[in-house]
Amino acid sequence: MIENHTEGAREIARRQAEIVEEFSMFDDWSAKYEYLIELGRSLPLIDPKLKDDTHLIRGCQSRVWMASELRAGLIRYTADSDAIITKGIIALLIRSFDGSAPTDIVSAELEFIDQIGLREHLSPTRANGLLSMLKQMKYDALAFSSRPDLDKPTHLK
Amino acid sequence: MFPILSTTVHGKPLIYFDNAASTQKPTPVLDAMDRYYRESHSNVHRGVHYLSQKATDAFERARETVRTHINAFDSSEIIFTKGCTDAINTVASGYSTLLKPGDEVLISSLEHHSNIVPWQMACARSGASIKVIPIDDSGTLLWNRTLLGPNTRIVAVNHVSNALGTINPIELIARNCRENGTALLVDGAQSGPHLSIDVRALDVDYYTLSGHKIYGPTGIGILYGKRERLDQLPAYQGGGDMIKTVSFQSSTYAEPPFKFEAGTPNIAGAVGLAAALNFVNSLGIDRIAAHENALLREATERLSHIEDLRVVGTAAHKASVLSFLIGDTHPYDAGVLLDHQGIAIRTGHHCTQPLMERLGIPGTARASFAVYNSTSELDVFERAVRKAAQMLVA
Repeated sequence: MIENHTEGAREIARRQAEIVEEFSMFDDWSAKYEYLIELGRSLPLIDPKLKDDTHLIRGCQSRVWMASELRAGLIRYTADSDAIITKGIIALLIRSFDGSAPTDIVSAELEFIDQIGLREHLSPTRANGLLSMLKQMKYDALAFSSRPDLDKPTHLK
Repeated sequence: MFPILSTTVHGKPLIYFDNAASTQKPTPVLDAMDRYYRESHSNVHRGVHYLSQKATDAFERARETVRTHINAFDSSEIIFTKGCTDAINTVASGYSTLLKPGDEVLISSLEHHSNIVPWQMACARSGASIKVIPIDDSGTLLWNRTLLGPNTRIVAVNHVSNALGTINPIELIARNCRENGTALLVDGAQSGPHLSIDVRALDVDYYTLSGHKIYGPTGIGILYGKRERLDQLPAYQGGGDMIKTVSFQSSTYAEPPFKFEAGTPNIAGAVGLAAALNFVNSLGIDRIAAHENALLREATERLSHIEDLRVVGTAAHKASVLSFLIGDTHPYDAGVLLDHQGIAIRTGHHCTQPLMERLGIPGTARASFAVYNSTSELDVFERAVRKAAQMLVA
């Protein structure tokens, strides 16, 4: 499944497998969503300065703010949303990718989202900002992988 | 009667409380459209052949059904559009030519984007400006005849608010508009399914309806216009069916309603809408309204006992709509948690961003009721909202 067997790619796959295993323990929807809500509540607070229009990913339903930067060759993501379930899913995406190398994020698989039954939240028609955030995470990774001299993605310059 | 309502959602029987967005379709509507395509379909208004006549008859019968339903004087005052939005755009587009710099268009704080944006476009093209009727915190329109000035050319206001359910005082507004020589357009997208509408008793100039919100198909709507208004209103789109004569230099247009029906119309949609109106009238709109009002009262009462929940929109006169918020949580969260319990509601700004800004909220969770909803569904709804509140408010 993972064609690029770098250590970083294996790390992303490992974290995603861990998430899938955690979610397999929930036998009903409400336990799963209680966990998501808990994850949303414990998501580290975003720097209020980053909650501006530049970092806003507008959804029709909920809004998402996301920022990324390159530190020592690894991407650090930070994000927030006004909806707590959206925030819970943000926490999962960040946990999956944060601190990885740009090229590993670009090539990372996203099957874990289907496996934990949250694909509906990343449907293009949901308009909660999550799919756009996921795309932005990958775009930023792509931008960093082609311009490792930058510390912020080019679209923010 | 409503086949889709036997759907199972996340393993639970569907409870459909998203009726203000769109209603489900009864079998008479489905059958009428199916039968139309199987037995009567051809293009309308041009052929001499058997099927063309049959299709034209069905289409014009549908127009007559609509005329009767809203008590218009003449069927030439009934224009088939592709929806309520299209109907408003037809009028607003005409006004972009009729309006002059200095003229005013008066809309309300309760309007759906589709009764705001077309007027902004008309004002941008003509140099006219928009004025807004304010509301109070309950979502009641603060109507005052002094809002009408010497330059107010048209008032565009909804009959029932889609976000809050407020019923607006259309009779009074119509009377004041008449006294001021101002035209009145009423957006009836939300009133159509819940109120008995008599355009002559209301004495409005334009009234718009949505087909799919009143148990009919999507892609069909109604623009009612007083004949003398429609004669003055410039045509919206050019094309076939709307002309009298065409040369390469110029064209002359057909009389209303055809002047506003360029291109092959949505014939099956019109047939389906007529079947939907017949369905509504077979039950009686007053009985439907009484049923929905009872559901709205009971649902409001039940939800108002839930801690941390607040009802948004508490006007004295309301139809079908119950908007609410749980604590300071985002309505999206409530919507997701209700969906997992089999309940379909709408969350978000409901295409009324200026209204949400006025109320200082990002949006609401909105339950809206229709003829097929029941008090036993309210039991499930109340339990589901309580569970969502308990999960969301720590």
